[in-house]
Amino acid sequence: MSSAALLILVLTLPVAGILLVVVGGGRQARGISLAVLVGNFAVAVGIGGAVCRTGRAVTYSSGGWTAPLGIQLRADGLSVVMLITAAVVALAVGVYAPNEFAVRRGGVETRRSLAFWSLLLAVSCAMNAIFLGNDFFNLYVALELLTFAAVPLVCLTGTRATLEAALRYLLFALTGSALYLLGVALLYGNYGTLDITKLSGLVRYEPGMPLWVAVALMTSGLAAKTALFPLHLWLPPAHGGAPPSASALLSALVVKGSFFLTVRLWFDTVPGQAGMRTGQLLGAMGAGAIVVGGVLALKQERLKLLIAYSTVAQIGYLFLMFPLAGHVGALSGGMLQAAAHAFAKASMFLGAGLMAEVAGSDRLDGLRGMGRALPLTTCAFVLAALSLVGVPPTGGFMAKWQLLSAAFSAGQWWWVVVILCGGLLAGGYMFRAVRPTLVEGIQPAAAIPRLREWVVLALAVCALLLGGFSKKVLELLDIGRPQITEMRP
Amino acid sequence: MNAVYGLFAGLSALLLVVAGFAVVTRRHFAAVVGFTAFGLLLSLAWVALAAPDVALTEAAVGGGVTGVLLLSASVQMRAKMEVLPSWGVRFIAAVLAAIVTAGLMLVVLMLPDEAPTLAPAAKESLAFTGMGNPATAVLMAYRALDTMLEKVVLLLALVAVWSLGRDHFWGGRPDFDFSTQTSGPLLLLARVLVPVGVLVGIYLFWVGADEPGGAFAGGALIAAMGLLAFFAGVARPPLVGSGWLRWAVVAGIAVFLIVGFGGFWGAGDFLAYPDGLAKPVIVVIEVAMTLSIALTLVLLVVGPPGRRP
Repeated sequence: MSSAALLILVLTLPVAGILLVVVGGGRQARGISLAVLVGNFAVAVGIGGAVCRTGRAVTYSSGGWTAPLGIQLRADGLSVVMLITAAVVALAVGVYAPNEFAVRRGGVETRRSLAFWSLLLAVSCAMNAIFLGNDFFNLYVALELLTFAAVPLVCLTGTRATLEAALRYLLFALTGSALYLLGVALLYGNYGTLDITKLSGLVRYEPGMPLWVAVALMTSGLAAKTALFPLHLWLPPAHGGAPPSASALLSALVVKGSFFLTVRLWFDTVPGQAGMRTGQLLGAMGAGAIVVGGVLALKQERLKLLIAYSTVAQIGYLFLMFPLAGHVGALSGGMLQAAAHAFAKASMFLGAGLMAEVAGSDRLDGLRGMGRALPLTTCAFVLAALSLVGVPPTGGFMAKWQLLSAAFSAGQWWWVVVILCGGLLAGGYMFRAVRPTLVEGIQPAAAIPRLREWVVLALAVCALLLGGFSKKVLELLDIGRPQITEMRP
Repeated sequence: MNAVYGLFAGLSALLLVVAGFAVVTRRHFAAVVGFTAFGLLLSLAWVALAAPDVALTEAAVGGGVTGVLLLSASVQMRAKMEVLPSWGVRFIAAVLAAIVTAGLMLVVLMLPDEAPTLAPAAKESLAFTGMGNPATAVLMAYRALDTMLEKVVLLLALVAVWSLGRDHFWGGRPDFDFSTQTSGPLLLLARVLVPVGVLVGIYLFWVGADEPGGAFAGGALIAAMGLLAFFAGVARPPLVGSGWLRWAVVAGIAVFLIVGFGGFWGAGDFLAYPDGLAKPVIVVIEVAMTLSIALTLVLLVVGPPGRRP
């Protein structure tokens, strides 16, 4: 097996894990899942090593059938950064989760243990498939995999409110899938291939109305799945109501899946072709997300809802890369933001879960004294908040810095204003979340295993380190990119 | 020629009317019936367009599986009030649907007259796969990875449905027992039709190698027979906690994975088939897949466990 075969391994390993969890029942679910997630991380790093070593994208054609008839998997710099990010977050959630989805005494499987562990592995598999897909139909299957893994995670507790949130999420997600698929059908009808590399060559010579209708359909479908403002209505109840481990997966990873596909569509398939106006429209929606999400986050009284609205706002930054496409820093800023937000947000949701376990609820006014009760978690919480606000030297800062410099070099000063306003708003709502934890107060004694606290801290430290190692990450992001990406449109 | 055009025009008009009915009617049940009829008519349209593979899938999925799923949902909702979405929501949905339709109408005529297609390439490589039906070669050879991942999606759908049950029923049977209300004719139908239907299902899967058919169509038909047996009270839905059930549900994907990794050893690539052995290997995968698909579809319809184990 060559290193290219690792691409297949990173897809099939989680699938094998799901099968073992379904067959082995709850008793073994945790052990199987953790083993698979560790393996998943190792393979992701292995792929990263192969890409760095060769300095080129690694590809693999399943069954030996080459594209366009067969399916090609392709790992470039973007894939590697996201693969490793997702593997770290999924592993962290797996280590954190046991207490929440423990198996009943006597080793009898429960509804939650079966569902949680198989869905965790499914999210992992779907993310990997999205990061490696180089064929729009293969990517559609990956997207469906992600939807069917994510929606049940919302209603794991089974309460009426979470079922409603899950149903609403399902409707948005399926509408998004249908629009995406319509676009894919149009692309095939017009070009006779769905391979991204082949398509990017064809559209340069034969753009036209069908192409733009397809891109519009796919982009709106993906935006609904990513919860881009004003299609964000499903996100806060879904992410705020799910169990903390599920919220962490949903906010940190799942929304990045459809975002990543949007990047593949705009930066890899039709680079430098979209008019100024469409990019500005996506950017404007992102700006709306930053402002509206930020203002609504300021108003929340429950910690998990506050964090969920912060996700709405942070997703906005991701879409600022589209109007700035072609300027140095746009693509890398957006991707850094995706990774930094994944670490920080996973840390925050998991930390919020621990705090709610101690305090009995996640109401902000009940968090006093948390700094003494859970020092490690509170420390992680502050670090993650700094990254989300964009304070140097965190990953969040580097991401926003890249976007700012792209905005300056593009001469589009209005995005600078948006980014600065977003930073102020984030500072405001994060201050509201952090302040009570640092104030003196008395919390009931609760036995939280140290390991779970360390996991929360480790994720926050990852967000911090991403800033420190941003130069390396930026170099990695450039590997295997078509030259056109960083040119003026 | 005119007769053919007349047939097309009539079928298209009928499709529009039935689709309109399914959208406009205010009763769930009527909408579901309309939707199912639409699926069956659509499969006729595919036959008219000389796409029997698509027609079979549309009949199995659009008319069959989805229809049954919607029907059982509609029956369970009957006790509750028929709630319509608010006027605003319906208005927005109508506007969005109109925009999408307008966009599609705009470009569908702009597509190249001679559609670029991979169909010749799919036929050219047919000999390597041992299949006679290009659609099956696409599903089981060229794009087998997609087929495998789709089966994972189906499994996840089952996990999702199961996860909607109540905690204390976990491991028990779905609440889908009609044995007290069985009527004579239904019982007779179940006894006569089920064995025949299962046989036809197996045939459908078997001819899939060379003719329209395949694992999904066969599996869907076998699933329908299973449901008929439950409706008639001849059989009971299984315990969701039972070991054999779990094995049967994952069998298709498991065989896929084993064959996939065997491909590294036997033919140098994941999911590559050794020379001359492609057909038997594909049949082995499809047997397991038909079993898993049939069982999963049945379990999706009968729903989460609703009784104590």
